Amino acid sequence: MEVPTGRLAIWWVLASETVVFGGLLGSYIMMRLRHGAWADQAANTNTWAGAFNTLVLLTSSLSAVLAHQAAERADGPKAARLLRYTILGGGVFLMVKAFEWTHEIGEGFTITSGLFWSFYYTAAGLHAAHVVAGMVIMFIVSLTAARNEELHRVENVGIYWHFVDVVWIFLFPLLYIAK
Amino acid sequence: MSELAVHPAGHHDQGFVKTYLWSTDHKVIAMQYLFTGMLMALIGGFAVYVFRMQLAFPGQSVPLFGRVSAGQYNSLVTMHGTIMIFWVAMPVLLAAFGNYLIPLMLGCDDMVFPKVNRLSYQIFLLSAVVLVASFVVPGGAFGGAWTAYPPLSANAVYNLTRYGATVWVVAVALEFVAFLLGGINFVTTAMNSRAPGMRMFDVPIVVWMIVIASILFMASVGPLLAGAAMLFFDQVLGTGFYDPATGGDPILWQHLFWFFGHPEVYVVLLPAMGIVAEIIPVFSRKKLFGYRTIVYTAVATGVISFFVWAHHQFVAGIDPRMASLFTITTLIISVPIAEMLFVYIATLYGGSITLTTPMLWALSFVAEFLLGGVTGIFLGAAGADIYLHDTYFVLAHFHYTFFPIAIIGAFAGITFWFPKMFGRMMDERLGKIHFWVTIIAFNFIFIPLFMTGAAGDHRRIFDYSGFPDLATPGLQRLRIIATMGLVSLLAVQPVFFFNFIRSMVRGRVAGANPWRANTLEWSAPSPPPHGNFAELPEVYRGPYEYSTEDREEDFWPQHVPDDSPAPAPAATAVGWR
Repeated sequence: MEVPTGRLAIWWVLASETVVFGGLLGSYIMMRLRHGAWADQAANTNTWAGAFNTLVLLTSSLSAVLAHQAAERADGPKAARLLRYTILGGGVFLMVKAFEWTHEIGEGFTITSGLFWSFYYTAAGLHAAHVVAGMVIMFIVSLTAARNEELHRVENVGIYWHFVDVVWIFLFPLLYIAK
Repeated sequence: MSELAVHPAGHHDQGFVKTYLWSTDHKVIAMQYLFTGMLMALIGGFAVYVFRMQLAFPGQSVPLFGRVSAGQYNSLVTMHGTIMIFWVAMPVLLAAFGNYLIPLMLGCDDMVFPKVNRLSYQIFLLSAVVLVASFVVPGGAFGGAWTAYPPLSANAVYNLTRYGATVWVVAVALEFVAFLLGGINFVTTAMNSRAPGMRMFDVPIVVWMIVIASILFMASVGPLLAGAAMLFFDQVLGTGFYDPATGGDPILWQHLFWFFGHPEVYVVLLPAMGIVAEIIPVFSRKKLFGYRTIVYTAVATGVISFFVWAHHQFVAGIDPRMASLFTITTLIISVPIAEMLFVYIATLYGGSITLTTPMLWALSFVAEFLLGGVTGIFLGAAGADIYLHDTYFVLAHFHYTFFPIAIIGAFAGITFWFPKMFGRMMDERLGKIHFWVTIIAFNFIFIPLFMTGAAGDHRRIFDYSGFPDLATPGLQRLRIIATMGLVSLLAVQPVFFFNFIRSMVRGRVAGANPWRANTLEWSAPSPPPHGNFAELPEVYRGPYEYSTEDREEDFWPQHVPDDSPAPAPAATAVGWR
């Protein structure tokens, strides 16, 4: 009946994170609906890069789930190895992101080039910060998990990582597909 | 809790830093929050002293400060509001009492995440330092009012405090993070760490209130955090989220701010309501009337508080249909709050009342908050609000809510739990002198301001001489009365600090349960040691079993087992219980 304390806390963290992104994306949607002209700015985002990143991020969640499964079987070293695959996925995601942003900034589309771009960099940047945080936490968890300690953390960090995925699933259509 | 398992040693052998500055003990963290909050209250109090003196005696040199410039006036007003809400009401009511009471009242040894708790305070302290530092940055502290409406807040051309404005945003955002960490800890602890036998409806009301308040905070602050990031970018990078020239919208900030700002009122109100709910039964020797009603109305208040925010924006050009909608929701939210106050009055009815200092504070909370609530009805109705908007009537209204919450509520809690915190009693005579002067002075400040506000006196005006309609001797006399009230209120506070410090070292030794109260914190020694209880308590009943029939004692602590199977009450004896 009672949810384990660590997992419970993660859910409360996600609840508060949901409203952070909810506020930001809600503001974006409300303004976007009033400004049809933003579509011209949005036309310059790289949908294929975004789609590839969606694939990478969702796939990285698979190894997080498998890590949880390994942790349930008390196989800490395997869980740690799988978590590191997830970290790798996060790394690829950030590299693609860096490539995209470098290209866009090179084209002259910076955070001040128009309100669409302001939202684009703010929302994706906030999300990327969460990816980085997730990678750091996952690395720390993988260190203890490799010693077969604190295995319940594997599941908890996985829940967080799925949340980061879900946020991206909202960002991708809003920032890339809607042209 | 795993921390305690690793470090079972008591705190006395850990040295000063470990014990008082780097501690994970919830009681020490509570004291850190309490003392930081009190210190910030002094700064906020000094700010209001300076700008009220300017309003009463415009252009004259203020003792201890000097002549006030218009820019300084703006900074002081802004910092007073910011500090009193975010760095006094929040840390004292939510964090200090939450940290102190939750583990003790639930009968556990600490919060479930003691290190997160310590981190929460450290981030809070950092935010306080950052905020206070903004007084000395070039241009001075932020001068765009505590609500930070753009374009005033977004553009240094308007607020004239380029650095102060940015430092303000950063400090507020840090403070929110601190309270998010603290809130997650509170909610998780209350859900998972209750003493064996303590069911949901055996939890003391104040814990319910702090937990509901934490959830409200978590659910409402996110959009403002996002909004703060946008404001920060507007200030620093030159984006235009709130700038109509680039397609942005200044009203967006108002929505994000008040979507948080209105639940925030209840975030601080509910803990104060909870403190009062703990005090009234103890000094009426009577069971709290309608325990579940209070819990349900608190939840209802929390839910409704998410649907009232635009009543702050009736003159901001919102759709009139939306204004009617928000008028209705705003009037509705007064119902559960009124219900709570009625429940407190019903608890008093027929009780055997002792007017101790904490009880006086609790009763005055009910009386004064009532005035704040009733005047809110005028402002919730769009028609009346359009006239009264941004006048001193609004200011007096919300001070009649926030003063009872943040000051009266805090004094009630401090005087009530002081014996538990420090093991000694506070002096009742000094306590009562402090109480009466504070309450009378408070009314002398704000009743005149209701009158000036109703006469059209606009807020945020540095010097009325440019406004012939407002620069009349009649209005000026009322402003001077208000300032005199404020000066008396501030002048009596040293009595409290003297009483506090003297009682800490020289007060009468309190013993574990000086008020003969029921909740679990009174079963621990005063002050409770590291780990709180010699043996973790078990719970047998609800927290408010006072003057139970067929018992010699007029209280029945939660942790005391039933001595003998109680005689079954006769079927006809069902009545007042």
